[in-house]
Amino acid sequence: MLLRVYALILVRKLNTMSLTSSTIGRKVAMALSGLFLVVFLTQHFTINFISVFSENTFNEISHFMGNNPLVQFILQPILIFGVIFHFIMGFVLEIQNRKSRVVQYNMYKGSANASWVSRNMIWSGAVVLSFLGLHFYDFWFPEMNYKYVEILPLDPNRYYEEMTHKFHDYLRVILYVISFGFLALHLFHGFASSFQSVGVNNKYSENIKKFAIAFSVVIPLGFIFIALFHHINSL
Amino acid sequence: MALESKIPKGPLSDKWTNHKSKINLVSPANKRAIDIIVVGTGLAGASASATLAELGYNVKTFCFQDSPRRAHSIAAQGGINAAKNYQGDGDSTYRLFYDTIKGGDYRSREANVHRLAEVSTNIIDQCVAQGVPFARDYGGLLDNRSFGGVLVSRTFYAKGQTGQQLLLGAYSAMNRQIGRGKIKMYNRHEMMDLVLVDGKARGIITRNLVDGKIERHGAHAVVIASGGYGNVFFLSTNAMGSNVSAGWKIHKKGAHFANPCYTQIHPTCIPVSGEHQSKLTLMSESLRNDGRIWVPKNIEDVKAIREGKLKPVNIAEENRDYYLERRYPAFGNLVPRDVASRAAKERCDAGYGVNKTGEAVYLDFAAAITRYGSEQAHVKGLDENDAALVKKLGQDVVRSKYGNLFQMYEKIVDQDPYETPMMIYPAVHYTMGGVWVDYNLMTSIPGCYAIGEANFSDHGANRLGASALMQGLADGYFVLPYTIGDYLADDIRTGKIDTNLPEFEKAEATVKAQLERFINTKGKNTVDYYHRKLGKIMWDKCGMSRNATGLNEAITEIKALREDFYKNVNVPGTTSEFNEQLAKAGRVADFLELGELFAKDALERTESCGGHFREESQTPEGEALRNDKDFTFVSAWEYKGEPSKAKLHKEELNYEEIEVKTRSYK
Amino acid sequence: MNLTLKVWRQANAEAKGRMETYPIADVSPDMSFLEMMDVLNEQLMGQGIDPIAFDHDCREGICGMCSMFINGEAHGPDRLVTTCQLHMRKFNDGDTITIEPFRAKAFPVIKDLTVDRSSFDRVQQAGGFVSVNTSGNTQDANSIPIDKHDADKAFDAAACIGCGACVATCKNASAMLFVSAKVSQYALLPQGKVEATDRVMNMVKQMDEEGFGNCTNTGACEVECPKGISLENIARMNREYLYASLKG
Repeated sequence: MLLRVYALILVRKLNTMSLTSSTIGRKVAMALSGLFLVVFLTQHFTINFISVFSENTFNEISHFMGNNPLVQFILQPILIFGVIFHFIMGFVLEIQNRKSRVVQYNMYKGSANASWVSRNMIWSGAVVLSFLGLHFYDFWFPEMNYKYVEILPLDPNRYYEEMTHKFHDYLRVILYVISFGFLALHLFHGFASSFQSVGVNNKYSENIKKFAIAFSVVIPLGFIFIALFHHINSL
Repeated sequence: MALESKIPKGPLSDKWTNHKSKINLVSPANKRAIDIIVVGTGLAGASASATLAELGYNVKTFCFQDSPRRAHSIAAQGGINAAKNYQGDGDSTYRLFYDTIKGGDYRSREANVHRLAEVSTNIIDQCVAQGVPFARDYGGLLDNRSFGGVLVSRTFYAKGQTGQQLLLGAYSAMNRQIGRGKIKMYNRHEMMDLVLVDGKARGIITRNLVDGKIERHGAHAVVIASGGYGNVFFLSTNAMGSNVSAGWKIHKKGAHFANPCYTQIHPTCIPVSGEHQSKLTLMSESLRNDGRIWVPKNIEDVKAIREGKLKPVNIAEENRDYYLERRYPAFGNLVPRDVASRAAKERCDAGYGVNKTGEAVYLDFAAAITRYGSEQAHVKGLDENDAALVKKLGQDVVRSKYGNLFQMYEKIVDQDPYETPMMIYPAVHYTMGGVWVDYNLMTSIPGCYAIGEANFSDHGANRLGASALMQGLADGYFVLPYTIGDYLADDIRTGKIDTNLPEFEKAEATVKAQLERFINTKGKNTVDYYHRKLGKIMWDKCGMSRNATGLNEAITEIKALREDFYKNVNVPGTTSEFNEQLAKAGRVADFLELGELFAKDALERTESCGGHFREESQTPEGEALRNDKDFTFVSAWEYKGEPSKAKLHKEELNYEEIEVKTRSYK
Repeated sequence: MNLTLKVWRQANAEAKGRMETYPIADVSPDMSFLEMMDVLNEQLMGQGIDPIAFDHDCREGICGMCSMFINGEAHGPDRLVTTCQLHMRKFNDGDTITIEPFRAKAFPVIKDLTVDRSSFDRVQQAGGFVSVNTSGNTQDANSIPIDKHDADKAFDAAACIGCGACVATCKNASAMLFVSAKVSQYALLPQGKVEATDRVMNMVKQMDEEGFGNCTNTGACEVECPKGISLENIARMNREYLYASLKG
């Protein structure tokens, strides 16, 4: 219910700006939701990375994030909406784009003028999306189940344990590593590109691009490192 | 029918102003009931369509291209003249007027040229208001450059793409009117014939090039803005589709065709590379500001170059013949186009041409590169004796001035003009001749107008650089929209033109019959076969220099070629489909008639003037010799069944404000 | 050189097209690509085959009419050229060359390699102009000084020849580069600023109605553009559009 209200407000607001009804509007919406997810990713990474240094701090923050009403009932729905919006819009755009060329070329040399990542955002995106499924199955559903379905007692020290437990399975770690690889590819084009979409292309663009590329390499590598770190520790 | 030029009375400088205030007007309410057809969407056609629509007329505009923006005005490079005197270098309306008359070798109509000079300044204001991005200086004001040997800087430009920017400006003005529903635009439509009702132009027959449908369009006036006929030479700097058909069709219906032999051969074009050549590419006249033109002095060097044993850069300075500087010390490499072209031909005919075909001369930037390089080295406090450094600095300067032209040359010829001299040769570029019009731009058919390159009036026997754009826009934006009202004022009670009239039916039937005839001939030669043959006759016998023998031969040969064309042409496909060969066949058929009239006109005019050089009329030094006593007139030809029977009418040219002098560039 | 050409043949808009293979011999490296096509057409007509229809006019790279998709790229493998400026020396003896029309829903095929690009005209008609009367009663051309950098940028955007290579190349058949070039030209000039809001809204609306795809910033259009129109223009249009939407 809450989700729907948020969605309505957002869609209505966006609609008044013709933001979801025009090509440019959708592209801006894609960029903004993408940028929002980048911010979230940074925060997620920071918290996870703490787990490498300090079990206690990790537990504390996780407990706060998991039980603070502001985070749980406002930020979390926005985030979920952002994720859903980004991927639904991605698929909608892809379908529209395919419709805009009815007969395909016999020979199309896409590599001659554009990078592979920029041409295959839908595939890197799809992999990241399936990873999200796995990730929800691993963490979010159990978490929801723990808190809201079975309503088990609060335990501020369970998070670290739960996480390291998941990374014991090497198959899961391999899946995570592959997915982070695709996340890197997705970010590699998407992050810098979202600035162009919202109209930023000026003397700062070169540096923005450099930062975005560094980000798209460092953050996924960091996630991979965390996964491997906990896997090796659990052996 | 006598020629009535309708030049207004009164002092030259007041003629246009007085005329504008006295001619009849059509009220806004009546304009809504009047239809005007415009054929062609170059600078003249697009600007006329936009302005007529804005005035309130219903305009129907036609172009054979897929969009009005493709018209060949788009390819003009250098710039547009206007007597703004922004540089404060003494320019004035009178000076622009005088330069244009003199440049035209005293064969243009004085009153028209003065009007052109008067409205030239409006054009720049108009275009800037439309968002045309002219070149500007660092103070934010418009920049000018000098052009074509005149003594002031009055040429406005947008890099090497002035024509493109001006045309897109006119196209945008048109688009605004199309959006408002005041212009109905017909792309990929070719005008096939003019329809006369009671002696007045009342419509046209068109062919939809996509599905072949023949359509009738009625209107109260028809404006022909279809450009020049340079493609009668097959090879020219015109676009592939540029043709004379609209102008020729109205000629056959009664419009006089004036001075067909006045052709501008531009000296700096990329030479022909082989038999397959389909068109020629111009290198802007501005290159002659810095390039020196030469051929080797010794015939042995020429042979060695052709055999690839010698490179031009290895020929010593004393073995080069800078023939323009030798013959015309005062103007040197900056003589007018006609003079430079003839001089190149003279050297090549003497056997000094420097490419495989023997039809090319060098345009060398080495001296300019060294000059600019030393200057830069001096300014920057570097070593002026370091040859490599000087060369690099000089090349940078040349690149900033002509970069896009050098790149274009390199793409086509595959040689680096920074390292080796360019090869150039003259090519057909513009036709000063065209449909005869009076002061109101009306042809000898009531209600039928001709504007831009399609008419004849402003450039005489030779056009100055950067004046074609000026004339096209002047006619379309500022002249025709006024003068057409004078005629249409009598038409406010006519009502819609009925396209079911027998005149339309007959015209349509004639058009259909000719198309069927092309398809059914099923001969053995392609349309291009005839076009190439015609081009060769024209170039060899009606080209840069002409004589009675050659012209007589040309007349016979073109006639024979035309007869062969109708017997042996092969046009594949059907009339009711997208058929490029069929469209081309119609255009070549008209060129085959025009070519003959062209030669006839050249034969008749035994003097040399501007672009028309008769070998019989030259000074002992080989310069063009004008005959003002016998030839100060416009030759206007009336169609009488076939080109050879055309009747000559003479419009005497009177110069009230200008003293007729000999052009000399020595 | 001897070449094998695989060419898209389609009798008319409704007909089903197919690729046909034609050998061609003795091609000179100095020929332009279109001159090679002329030779092929002469050859086909000699054999009683319908010549290949293709658009072309100025043959010096400025009218924007030529429009072939050659070996998987708009205007072929060379950069900053149109098909008419592409020369056969860019190919090797024995090559097979695939030639297709520009493909997009908004560019329907008319015949063979000829496509209908009137959608571009309609986008321009929706707002690609300054609403000034063409009567000549405007103010003096020098009355508003314009920053040279802005004037130069406006010129660079205005250099677009409307050939449609951007659409043909884009994997999404998006027309953003074309539309943004016009929007940018006027947005950068004081004469065009007055109508900037309506212009960008109307032009984008028309662009969408024509069925062009969305921009995904692959940058392919900029690479293939024969006039080197910059992606910066697309960002500027996005900015203009956002501003116009919020302004209402």
